[in-house]
Amino acid sequence: MRPWALLLVLPLLLGGCGSSSGWGWYVIDPTTEGGWTNVRFLIAGYPSTIYISLLAAAISIVLGLVVSLPGLSSRRWLRWINRIYIEFIRSIPLLPMIFWVYFGLPLLLKGSWVEFPLDPFWAGVIALALSDSAFTSEIFRAGIQSIGRGQTEAAQTIGLTYFQTMRYVILPQAIRRILPPLANQFIYIVKMSALVSVIGLQELTRRANDLNTTEYRALEIYTFLIVEYLVLVLIISQAVRWLERRMGSDERR
Amino acid sequence: MTEAAIELAGVNKWFGEFHVLKDINLTVAQGERVVICGPSGSGKSTVVRCINRLETHEQGLIRVDGIELRDDAASIRAIRAEVGMVFQQFNLFPHLTVLENVMLGPVKARGLKRAEAEARARKYLERVRIPEQADKRPAQLSGGQQQRVAIARSLAMEPRIMLFDEPTSALDPEMISEVLEVMVELAEEGMTMIVVTHEMGFARRVADKMVFMDAGEIVETGTPAEFFSAPKSERCRTFLDQILSH
Ligand SMILES: Nc1ncnc2c1ncn2[C@@H]1O[C@H](COP(=O)(O)OP(=O)(O)OP(=O)(O)O)[C@@H](O)[C@H]1O
Ligand SMILES: [Mg+2]
Repeated sequence: MRPWALLLVLPLLLGGCGSSSGWGWYVIDPTTEGGWTNVRFLIAGYPSTIYISLLAAAISIVLGLVVSLPGLSSRRWLRWINRIYIEFIRSIPLLPMIFWVYFGLPLLLKGSWVEFPLDPFWAGVIALALSDSAFTSEIFRAGIQSIGRGQTEAAQTIGLTYFQTMRYVILPQAIRRILPPLANQFIYIVKMSALVSVIGLQELTRRANDLNTTEYRALEIYTFLIVEYLVLVLIISQAVRWLERRMGSDERR
Repeated sequence: MTEAAIELAGVNKWFGEFHVLKDINLTVAQGERVVICGPSGSGKSTVVRCINRLETHEQGLIRVDGIELRDDAASIRAIRAEVGMVFQQFNLFPHLTVLENVMLGPVKARGLKRAEAEARARKYLERVRIPEQADKRPAQLSGGQQQRVAIARSLAMEPRIMLFDEPTSALDPEMISEVLEVMVELAEEGMTMIVVTHEMGFARRVADKMVFMDAGEIVETGTPAEFFSAPKSERCRTFLDQILSH
């Protein structure tokens, strides 16, 4: 439970240096009507931040798994496809990626059968998922490679296909090594989703920015914003630890 | 004349520059038991692994039950359906119970109903004499028990041919006989077998044909009687002296 202690210490720390450096906590003081309205406005960014992160993570996991498989092939050209994808995606900073998906992709797809309107939410999901997939695919590759060749060979000799071997033999064993780094990636996505604020998604960061333009209390509002992320990330870490414990206990090896 | 179970003709294989199999010719008749021995690194495992395509051969012909082994997935699948394999390191699936290990192939590869597959799995666990361990995980079993589960897992696919690659080499001495007994029974029931092993007592008992390999070549083949009493080549004699002397 130690990480939670951070949360208790933080307001004390900030409150302590309050008066001298010009804090104005009234702006988010829930006991006043104006402050409470502001707090509710800021907190209302949570659903967007959470949904965009969950969706991006889910897509990134599927994409990462698909991209990792050719990386494990014995055929050179398949490994090449994997390498090129990873190097390419990994070298694009997230912000240009968001711009490209939001402003560029719709133009590219105009007139084709996949034409679709992209709102900031879905543009953000796609950009985050693409960007993250390079990392999840490496996580999958390392996890799958950590399972000895003998497992694949045994599965082949009892007639399992490639996908059955992955599904029933390799991935169930690899998942325990894949989960912790995948959880780290998820936390990374949560934090990176703040960048989607630049195309107007009303998530945590965008709301803090908007409130600041009317209230001019940058210090308090952005401190609150940071605490919002801190709380979210701590909850995720706890959930992951719980999941790991559960998976660890029902599998004796 | 009935068709040979396994036929290797002029098989060559390289690992990069290294010529690991040199012109291998070997025919195994239906129901025949062949024991392969030879020094470490001589290519015994590689020969056996080529037969069910765990390794690819670069030259020559491999035919199993009349099916020629080629690059196409169909011939590989057809051959693997006929051939079971037991590894030195057991290679059981550690995340599944013993019963699930044995059922996985029948359910997923053969499409059996779970109840049918379970009945079949229990039957073969009975055959290898560990029905009572069905619900344990592999890690909870001794090495000898694990290897018998691995044999049951192969048998549950009801193959016509079994390949064994040093099945007792990773076992403590007191567990070797329990595995060999199961293999002897299998041989007595008429299973076609290729066994890589240095257990010469077992070879004497069940082998119809002995094969001695060295440096990627088949140096000598013969009946156990000829092979043990009068090996033709110097290399084979030296090898037998070494393994029989201790
Ligand atoms: N994947 C591989 N790449 C390169 N060389 C290999 C590979 N597998 C095996 N070899 C080499 O090929 C030779 C034959 O190997 P193989 O495993 O068939 O020998 P073996 O007769 O089974 O020996 P052992 O009794 O030690 O099991 C060895 O020299 C080995 O180092
Ligand atoms: Mg070997």
